[in-house]
Amino acid sequence: MKKLMLGNEAIARGAYEAGVRVVSSYPGTPSTEITEFSATYPEMNCEWAPNEKVAVETAFGASMCGVRAMSCMKHVGLNVAADPLYTAAYTGVNGGLVLCVADDPFMHSSQNEQDTRFIARAAHVPVIEPADSQECKDFIKRAFELSEQYDTPIIFRLTTRLAHQRSPVETAEREEQPLKPYEKDVMKHVMMPGMARKRHVYVEQREAQMEADAAKIGLNRVEMHDTKLGVVCAGVVYQFVREALPDASILKLGLSYPIDRAAIRDFAARVDKLVVIEELEGIIEQEIAAMGIAVEGKRYTGRQGELSVQRIREAFGGEKAPTEPALPARPPVLCPGCPHRATFHVLKKLKLHVFGDIGCYTLCALPPVDSLESALCMGASVGMAVGAEKARGREFARQSVAVLGDSTFIHSGITGLVNAVYDRSNITVVILDNRITGMTGHQQNPATGFDIYNQPAPQLNLEKLCETIGAHVVVENPMDMPALEKALKEELNRDGVSVVIARYPCALLDKRRRPAARVTGCRNCGACMRLGCPAIERYADGVRINTALCNGCGLCVGMCGFGAISCGGDQA
Amino acid sequence: MKKDIIIVGVGGQGILLTSKILGYLALQQGDDVKVSEVHGMSQRGGSVITHVRIGENVASPLVTPGEADMVIAFEWLEALRAEFYLKKDGAMIANTRRMLPMPVIMGKMAYPEQEITGRPVYALDAQRIAEECGSVRAVNIVLLGVMSTLTDWPQEAYEAAIAANVKPATLETNLKAFRAGRAAGEGMNA
Repeated sequence: MKKLMLGNEAIARGAYEAGVRVVSSYPGTPSTEITEFSATYPEMNCEWAPNEKVAVETAFGASMCGVRAMSCMKHVGLNVAADPLYTAAYTGVNGGLVLCVADDPFMHSSQNEQDTRFIARAAHVPVIEPADSQECKDFIKRAFELSEQYDTPIIFRLTTRLAHQRSPVETAEREEQPLKPYEKDVMKHVMMPGMARKRHVYVEQREAQMEADAAKIGLNRVEMHDTKLGVVCAGVVYQFVREALPDASILKLGLSYPIDRAAIRDFAARVDKLVVIEELEGIIEQEIAAMGIAVEGKRYTGRQGELSVQRIREAFGGEKAPTEPALPARPPVLCPGCPHRATFHVLKKLKLHVFGDIGCYTLCALPPVDSLESALCMGASVGMAVGAEKARGREFARQSVAVLGDSTFIHSGITGLVNAVYDRSNITVVILDNRITGMTGHQQNPATGFDIYNQPAPQLNLEKLCETIGAHVVVENPMDMPALEKALKEELNRDGVSVVIARYPCALLDKRRRPAARVTGCRNCGACMRLGCPAIERYADGVRINTALCNGCGLCVGMCGFGAISCGGDQA
Repeated sequence: MKKDIIIVGVGGQGILLTSKILGYLALQQGDDVKVSEVHGMSQRGGSVITHVRIGENVASPLVTPGEADMVIAFEWLEALRAEFYLKKDGAMIANTRRMLPMPVIMGKMAYPEQEITGRPVYALDAQRIAEECGSVRAVNIVLLGVMSTLTDWPQEAYEAAIAANVKPATLETNLKAFRAGRAAGEGMNA
């Protein structure tokens, strides 16, 4: 009996069936569920690493020592893990090593639209691309086999519409892989120049061999229909093409790097017109053009956003599909009871320059708590605050803060803080410690005191860590806004590096059932509206609390100058 | 059965669960199916949409605008927003309750006073029915009940799919909500 599986779930299943024993990842939409589902199989040792670099190094160590290992991340996570990847391409593997990397065309939950296929080419690492959940499961098993056969890490590339689709999957039993022998081999595992020069020769040979074997590897497929138009495609785009251009002949690439140039030459010769349809960059198109074959692609689709049946249809002269009407948007908002709301309300009140970071709190760039001024990459806030002081001086630093979450701080903020102290900077860093990795859907991290299995784990003490680095540290409850404001003013005026840990659990972790706030005698001044709480609604006769949404945090009580709001919550 | 279905609402209304139940049901009934979801940021109280495609051999995981057989909307503004997905005679199944989006809460924009006409519309106060069944959170299952009257699948198959996908503690309430929605749907002439 087939089972309906999320693409990410099917990958976890495939890894399980392939005998994988180690999975180390950092969460990132749309890749997160691969590791979460992997953790449901006791045969696989899974962990949330503090960042993608550590995750890939852990998986690499496991592979070198003889087991199949996997690491999963979003596209920008691969930037963080690029350092081990580029050299792992030289050393090769012992147990199969696969990196599942999820791109996010249209940036549903990302800060850029980078194309992982470029990094794979730069590192000379093969790319395998499935097109539905069944292929997610089947191809990942092949990826582990090929990784061992060709002595190379492999990138298993996904996109949002593949990772987050459910489609039927036929499962199989796990094939246990024996622990492979581990032997000390400095020529293979120590990449000093003398060794690396030899391995670089191997990398080129391996890539040529893999291309020569592409037909035998069997992940590519030709579907001949009408020969007027031939389309080369891979991944979920294949599904769009099949529906948008049902008459076209298709060369579907499962192994999308190295591309099988012989198969492409053969396919090109069988069709009148050759087109590559690919999301993001025109990589395959350029590679085919470089072969001297007449080909088009980006001319039809452009580089931006997601492709779809209607976009491809319209690009090839089909009828235009209707589009979404202009209606009030419903952007995501901070949850009722979210402690970030309190922190950012205070930051806005103090009119500070806020160097922001990656997390739910990035939403605080939007009204009404719009105080965040930058969001670049994981941990960037700390380094940027240091740079800002260098550029604009101490007075500017007194009006600036770097703000980042607990998980983001551990991921990439710690080294920035070390530099700030070493550099004699005068910056103030706010760590939003909500006791969880929030935005990706509640993953544990080293500061939560629990592991991926929700078992107790050694807990990183953030205040001791920051003190040891050399910062002055205070811990505040952000829901007590006057106290947070006072502490911030003090720390902004203190010389040297200060860290304010704003500690209060994510509203979704707080399972207490508290009575909703009540409004009596509202003057409709709108002061409480400045919090941007979705549970407070304003009407002509005053504000009302949406009791279905209110979680009784009581933050709004202190906002009202007329004492019109009461609440049994913490702050009442 | 061949059906393209769009499910929309506000993050937290049980949209993913509903699409999971429908996907499970279609597979049990021997159809091919693809469900497309969006996780991450959009779940923080923002608009959420899932696509459910049922048929013999489904390719794209996304429904093409203008081709959906049904839109199931858990909130009225989201119903208006998703109507363009429907084909000419496609059916709108919608909760009439409003959840105000931030631009409206802030007084920057007005909530649209619009009706949906010129197609089969099954509009009802699903929240009231859900509350009567014991849980305001069962709005999604009430609307699934309404939707079930527009398909050939047997009631038992729906109920088995619900049982296989909801937490056991909420099963009784959900079945009650499903039956109430189904009864409401049967009594409606769109």
